[in-house]
Amino acid sequence: MTDTNGVEGLDRDRLVWMWTQMVRVREFEERVKRTFEEHPGVIRGHTHLADGAEASIVGSLATLRPGDQLMTTYRCHGYPLVLGTSPKAMMAEIYGKAAGLCGGYGGSMHLTDVSRGFLGTSGIVGQGIPQATGAAYAAQIRRQGQVVLCFFGDGATKQGAFHESLNIASLWKLPIVYVLENNNYNVVTRVEQEDANAAAGEPLAVKARAHSMPGVTVDGGDPLAVYGEVGAAVARARDGGGPTLVESKVYRLSAHGNSIAPPGVPLHFPEHEAITTFGATEEYEAAKRGDPVPRFRAKLVTDTTLSPAEADRITEAARTEMQEAVEFGLESELPKPEDAVKYVYA
Amino acid sequence: MTTETLTLAKALGAGLRKAMEDDPKVLIMGEDVGKLGGVFRVTDGLQKDFGESRVIDTPLAESGIVGTAVGLALRGYRPVCEIQFDGFVFPAVDQIISQLAKMHMRSLGAIQLPVVVRIPCGGGIGAVEHHSESPEVHFAHAAGLRVVACSNPADAYTMIQQSIRSADPVIFFEPKRRYWDKAPVEMDLAAAPPLHQAVVARPGDDVTVLAYGPMVKTCLEAAAADDERSLEVIDLRSINPLDIETIMASVRKTGRCVVAHEAPVFGGFGAELAARITERCFYHLEAPVLRVGGFSTPYPPSRVEEQYLPNLDRILDAVDRTFGW
Ligand SMILES: Cc1ncc(C[n+]2csc(CCOP(=O)(O)OP(=O)(O)O)c2C)c(N)n1
Ligand SMILES: [Mg+2]
Repeated sequence: MTDTNGVEGLDRDRLVWMWTQMVRVREFEERVKRTFEEHPGVIRGHTHLADGAEASIVGSLATLRPGDQLMTTYRCHGYPLVLGTSPKAMMAEIYGKAAGLCGGYGGSMHLTDVSRGFLGTSGIVGQGIPQATGAAYAAQIRRQGQVVLCFFGDGATKQGAFHESLNIASLWKLPIVYVLENNNYNVVTRVEQEDANAAAGEPLAVKARAHSMPGVTVDGGDPLAVYGEVGAAVARARDGGGPTLVESKVYRLSAHGNSIAPPGVPLHFPEHEAITTFGATEEYEAAKRGDPVPRFRAKLVTDTTLSPAEADRITEAARTEMQEAVEFGLESELPKPEDAVKYVYA
Repeated sequence: MTTETLTLAKALGAGLRKAMEDDPKVLIMGEDVGKLGGVFRVTDGLQKDFGESRVIDTPLAESGIVGTAVGLALRGYRPVCEIQFDGFVFPAVDQIISQLAKMHMRSLGAIQLPVVVRIPCGGGIGAVEHHSESPEVHFAHAAGLRVVACSNPADAYTMIQQSIRSADPVIFFEPKRRYWDKAPVEMDLAAAPPLHQAVVARPGDDVTVLAYGPMVKTCLEAAAADDERSLEVIDLRSINPLDIETIMASVRKTGRCVVAHEAPVFGGFGAELAARITERCFYHLEAPVLRVGGFSTPYPPSRVEEQYLPNLDRILDAVDRTFGW
């Protein structure tokens, strides 16, 4: 492959593919968010959006080969979309419909597509980390060169499960890359309020040191930087070099999740906590200005990888695709309540 | 005597505020409880008024929160921990069941741990698993813990204060779908029944209906909707210890009993109630004690939760069936 951007292994098609995936994730999340206003009552419970993290998701997933696996948090819509899961099935799942990816039984927080290596998520913060570690142990003993990517947030690193897992992975030299998506917040608590490293002015990647593994921090708004760091870690993991902790600095552009309200009251997406709780409007505006989706488009257009017309076509195609996903989700049937008992045991 | 009309969430907040004013050793700790005032706004304004050392925004670490509370209690403080949603208590279960519940006995009473763990519980807000669960029975099963559930704003205000004053650890369940319900609250704590006393929420003659937490309101609605039979609804308020005397008095009068809770029927608290009532009121019973509850599935997706949660019809159907013997 030709090296067009100083990043090994990324030719023009791959770069355009990366931007396309970022746009698809953004459009998907926008449509989830708009559903609250346009179709009140269709989404119940909790949804968490990945807008702002597209570059980090796509840069990470671009390093994978078929057969590799990943596990993520409840903020999980982006990953399967990039892996090729149908947005129709995903939207229907988020709408709680029977035609959804998991028949409406997983919902927004628990998308799962095992056939594509997406082993699932954990709504309980941090508890997917040991599971991904176990999948990496399976990869090690199967000796087929597979690796596991494990995604979680800054908040999750405060769970014992995180530290237990990193110790195990480092001790056993497991083929896993831990991608810590540091978006500065867990719900409404800022990272420096609740993380000793952050409070000390250190990057969260220093947590790797306690477990004798490499730890790096990367600009999660730049898909090529993420690709570079995660790619190096994936390569090392594949070669038997053990795990890495990659801290990917992202900014979530939406609030933590939708509102919580009494039965019957329509839900909505509030403003970002930076504004509502901390009055940090400028912090939020700066993040908006650095939005990774237009930022990567500008880069690709500037270096003529992508023409503005092609970029517009890609955006338009993503809009159509996600419009169809919304329509499919709306039209689908609800699950049959009596089916619930069918899936409790194997 | 003064009364104020408050939502259940605000009544809890008022009770916490009063407890903090009365005793400087009372602390509040949990995720997002300070600046935000909690995801349900129960602790709204408390950090502003009592400071960051008494209302603590903790890291995202339930085991750490409860374990730290144990240490604080060992040194004379009275921590109140907030668990953000029911399903998030499980990472703290070691601290609660293996430590908090057992330290009094293993120290021959030298150690008292007045820790309160507040847990919003139950479904009905369209959330899924982890956000809608009813884990009370796990804690009721662990001797050494006191386990209570409020059902209305007035009890929320008094029971939280009584729980904080308790010398023992209290697991305090809050019915999350009732947080927004409003009712008059008597602000004089002295007028309240003791923490572990059950109360007759609606007197009746034909069938005893037992409930706690979120199901009390549903049972009261069922009683109001039934114009043929007279249902006596008892709000247990405490499931460990259990006020069996109040239950027995009612069942001996009515001869019939239905128990309702959101948690699955299988192995649920209703099983304990049915067994106890059978042991203590056998000759008074006209029918077996019937249970209404969740099904033996993980908490289902939101689109199906209306069918999962016991409702008025299912309670009245059980009432009907007690007349079928
Ligand atoms: C064990 C547990 N505690 C609390 C929660 C509630 N909760 C859901 S997301 C979240 C914040 C997580 O922050 P972070 O790990 O940084 O991920 P982010 O949401 O920022 O992507 C919290 C506290 C939970 N789901 N699980
Ligand atoms: Mg975060």
